[in-house]
Amino acid sequence: MSSLVIWALLWEIIGRMDLTFFIPPLSHVIVTLFDIIGTPAFLKALSETGYAFFGGVVASIVIGIPVGILIGKSRLLDEMILPWVNIFLSAPLTALVPVLMVLFGFGMTSIIITTTLFAIWIIILNTRAGVMQINRSMIEMARSFGAKPLEAFFKIYFWAALPEILGGVRIGVIRAVKGVIIGQLLISIVGFGALFELYSSNFLMTHFWAVLVVLFAMAFSISEVLAYLERRVAYYAAKR
Amino acid sequence: MAMHQIEKSYDNLQVVVPPADVAQSAVSVRNVSKGYGNVEALRDLSLEFPRGQLTSLLGPSGCGKTTLLKIIAGLLKADSGDVEVNGVKVAGPGPDRAFVFQDFALLPWANVMRNVAFGLELRGIAKSEREAIAEKYIKNVGLAGFERSYPHELSGGMRQRVGLARALSVDAQVLLLDEPFSAVDEQNRRKFQEDMLELVQKEKKTFIFVTHSIEEAVYVSDQIAVLLPRPSRVSEVIRPTSFRHKDAANIRRDPEYLDIIDRIWASLRNYVE
Ligand SMILES: Nc1ncnc2c1ncn2[C@@H]1O[C@H](COP(=O)(O)OP(=O)(O)OP(=O)(O)O)[C@@H](O)[C@H]1O
Ligand SMILES: [Mg+2]
Repeated sequence: MSSLVIWALLWEIIGRMDLTFFIPPLSHVIVTLFDIIGTPAFLKALSETGYAFFGGVVASIVIGIPVGILIGKSRLLDEMILPWVNIFLSAPLTALVPVLMVLFGFGMTSIIITTTLFAIWIIILNTRAGVMQINRSMIEMARSFGAKPLEAFFKIYFWAALPEILGGVRIGVIRAVKGVIIGQLLISIVGFGALFELYSSNFLMTHFWAVLVVLFAMAFSISEVLAYLERRVAYYAAKR
Repeated sequence: MAMHQIEKSYDNLQVVVPPADVAQSAVSVRNVSKGYGNVEALRDLSLEFPRGQLTSLLGPSGCGKTTLLKIIAGLLKADSGDVEVNGVKVAGPGPDRAFVFQDFALLPWANVMRNVAFGLELRGIAKSEREAIAEKYIKNVGLAGFERSYPHELSGGMRQRVGLARALSVDAQVLLLDEPFSAVDEQNRRKFQEDMLELVQKEKKTFIFVTHSIEEAVYVSDQIAVLLPRPSRVSEVIRPTSFRHKDAANIRRDPEYLDIIDRIWASLRNYVE
């Protein structure tokens, strides 16, 4: 937190030195931020971006966690699916966006899928890692008391892997922010992507930075909430 | 056929004991073999576990005690032979058996109450009902007041008792205990052994109890099966007769008690490096 203050100060100083139009003083950015934050254009962008973002994040979580648990449980599935997860995790996903546009059109669907593609792999990978370290006897315990597979899934695997799952979701969410903006820039110029496009092509750097700060603040808060949840379950991460 | 096999399994007994009546057996293990890859863990092992009594499985490390217990629990499949519980062939885990795990296997995210009630929860018992039952067993194992504590807030011995209470609360006829006192220091261990005897008296259940400790086995058991390793087989079955009714201090001084300990040690010492 205190390092943020130092960087903010530095930004303000460099901005005031008028070195480049690219970096206006932070105080101007903040003022602009409050100017634009209530405008219809901003609110529209916020809702468009928020919709695509949450769509992508929810899809990543709802698909990613079960897939991660399944490949963590089954050796066979693991060998089939893990290579793909690793490839997509490090692949330049931006290059795939045009393909998505061909497949799913220029609308919200493609943007949500792009967001999902950015977020999901790390969630799968972390969930898998969480499941792989579950104590064998915990699983045998559930079996010996008659747990049905679905019960074991929700009452054992999910909770036992939760510390890792939350870590994966936290990184996934940050990647989703990147995904949603790239999607909105490349697929159809809507939401924050459209604002970035508009401001940067008109050299409105103060506005540009203001939107970026808002975006950063939102990503930061979500990630802090998840980090808080992670700390809440950390007490048992060491002893499962 | 069955009778014949039973006789055969008692052939190599060094101590002559009246064989437990087969009809009285809660659990019968017949000619069970089990290998892991090319490790032969159990070979043609047969053993009867009399109803309402405590049988210990005693033997050196790696001789297949856990393997046998898990086969009885239905957690592992035998390569050949079969296990019957109350005359019914074991095909998998069932509500007639409950397992106490060597490493507790508690849910770290759940408090003592939920952990103890977890077996009942999996059986679909309503919350208020299962908590009432769990409450009773939490008290029985001496953990009253810790219902809302989490496993990481408890000592090893207390966690062990949570695992025991969980197994007791599902009211299975057969309790399978894998070294239940391994996490407990010597003083508590003695206390637990006494509690154990009381429990066997009170619960009228069949206990199958794995331990490394000869003294412990002789102290708590109605019947002791000594296993020898590589591959594991029953070397002898001992049924102490004279001291079961005595009190704790006198048992440990009883000549038969000391005798049996010596005899078991004599047959095991060759296998201790
Ligand atoms: N999952 C497994 N895979 C391969 N070998 C195994 C496995 N489990 C047990 N074994 C082997 O089978 C043999 C019996 O193991 P088991 O765990 O039943 O012994 P144990 O009598 O319970 O030992 P301990 O007293 O140390 O707990 C050992 O030689 C062990 O190495
Ligand atoms: Mg063992």
